[in-house]
Amino acid sequence: MSDVTTPIPVPKRPWKHRDTALRVIIPVLMVLALLGIWQAIVTINAIPPYILPGPVLVAQSLVKDWGTLFPALMVTTQITLISLALALAGGVGFAVFLVQSRWIETAFYPIAVILQVTPIVAIAPLILIYAPSTQVALLICAFLVAFFPILSNMVQGLKSVDHNLLNLFDLYGASRWQTLLYLKLPASLPYFMTGLRIGGGLALIAAVVAEFAAGSAGAGSGLAFRLLESQYRLNIPRLFAALFMLSVLGVVIFMLTSFIAWLSLHRWHESSLKREN
Amino acid sequence: MTSPSASPHPAKRPLVVMKSVSKVFSSGTLALSDMSLTVESGEFISLLGPSGCGKSTALRIIAGLGDVSAGSIDWPSSRINSRGLPEGDISFVFQEPTLMPWQTVFGNVHLPLKLKGVSKAAARDDIMAALTTVGLKDFADAYPRELSGGMKMRVSIARALVTKPKLLLMDEPFAALDEITRQKLNDDVLKLWKDTGITVIFVTHSVFESAYLSNRIVVMKARPGRVHADFPLTTSLERGELYRSSEEYRQACEMVSKTLLDAMGGVEEH
Repeated sequence: MSDVTTPIPVPKRPWKHRDTALRVIIPVLMVLALLGIWQAIVTINAIPPYILPGPVLVAQSLVKDWGTLFPALMVTTQITLISLALALAGGVGFAVFLVQSRWIETAFYPIAVILQVTPIVAIAPLILIYAPSTQVALLICAFLVAFFPILSNMVQGLKSVDHNLLNLFDLYGASRWQTLLYLKLPASLPYFMTGLRIGGGLALIAAVVAEFAAGSAGAGSGLAFRLLESQYRLNIPRLFAALFMLSVLGVVIFMLTSFIAWLSLHRWHESSLKREN
Repeated sequence: MTSPSASPHPAKRPLVVMKSVSKVFSSGTLALSDMSLTVESGEFISLLGPSGCGKSTALRIIAGLGDVSAGSIDWPSSRINSRGLPEGDISFVFQEPTLMPWQTVFGNVHLPLKLKGVSKAAARDDIMAALTTVGLKDFADAYPRELSGGMKMRVSIARALVTKPKLLLMDEPFAALDEITRQKLNDDVLKLWKDTGITVIFVTHSVFESAYLSNRIVVMKARPGRVHADFPLTTSLERGELYRSSEEYRQACEMVSKTLLDAMGGVEEH
């Protein structure tokens, strides 16, 4: 009774390292080329910096204003990550609650949808009135936006569990709790990861949009306020520097969530596998 | 998973008794009508019939997946739990391997014991024994996606064996496999049955499979699902390659085939 498998040597891929190197080099060169063109256009046409600063000036501004911009970046990062964490806990928890019975879902899911489809900019002023502080208001806004994709993906995942596996768990007398812990949650992991990646990006967008709406100012304000402030003062190089920071933050969040998804799925899930043929 | 007794099938006693069981689905379909079946310990029974004859439904009802609409199921020689099922005495092998893709082979076979609260460490010996029985002890750390269809099915069988059940219920387990793999697995299940004295109820729509494997065949009839014929199948030959090419096997196939055709009302379906 055995499927005998002798180890077969893996075919060597001589181009593997070259491929990896090119995968890094090509985008970097592309970005450098674009920056070069940008600088050239600004220099040749002598565009004043209050209309369009060149990348060199933006870089200088980034260094010069680091003392102002970095704390703002930290504030925005903090709001994004805390709201994302709350959305993860809330989304998963609420999804588990929703799928307990059809009636619960019928009763509560529309409320979640209403919250989702109402533009966050439209309810931000209300939240600002009711929240005890601006920071809390920003957290609530970012939470509301990141919450729904996580919720809807989790609900989908929890309901997509293989029926035969559910039967198997029934057969072995698994409790509700065991079925949730050992079957439904792990089976939903790919859906959760999709929610995490979407939610991570949306949390940052919502944190920025909410700060625009809140118009908060002063020492505790985030990058969005620094953007507005730079615009009012016609300090366009600083505006670009702040924008650059936001982009980097977005990319880092995307890479982090993608990495977490890869870590948890790469051993078993199709989405993280290379096609072998 | 070995029992050293010389005679694998000692004195017969009923393991499970189905009394006039009927099953109506919520759609109103009468899936099973007045089905009675007494399964003796150590039997290898094939439930054979056209699609829609309720053979899978019968198997699921025995396994406790779904209630009976009328009639009863008794387990004369087992201790039953609060749900009326014999505690740990039955195992089920589905048509699909039904493995958890996020668990290794080891983790998948561990599942029935884990649900009973047995830790990985405590279950290790039983799991490795079950994997050895199906010839996969070197694949304990592999993930299901790394295995072939036949190997996945073996994992599924190992998982069914890990609780050391008295009754193994198999619902067209090899229907999705290629002919060569299927023959190999049929031989493996036969060997398992001989070695352990386990009772098997095997749902199939293959005349050849049922005639090759079982020592009792229950032919079922569709609309509504019910028992059409129930007869023993004895052979003087050891079941194996020799039997597969014997005149005796050919005659058995012919007889089973005729009974099946009769159950289908003498005409082919479709």
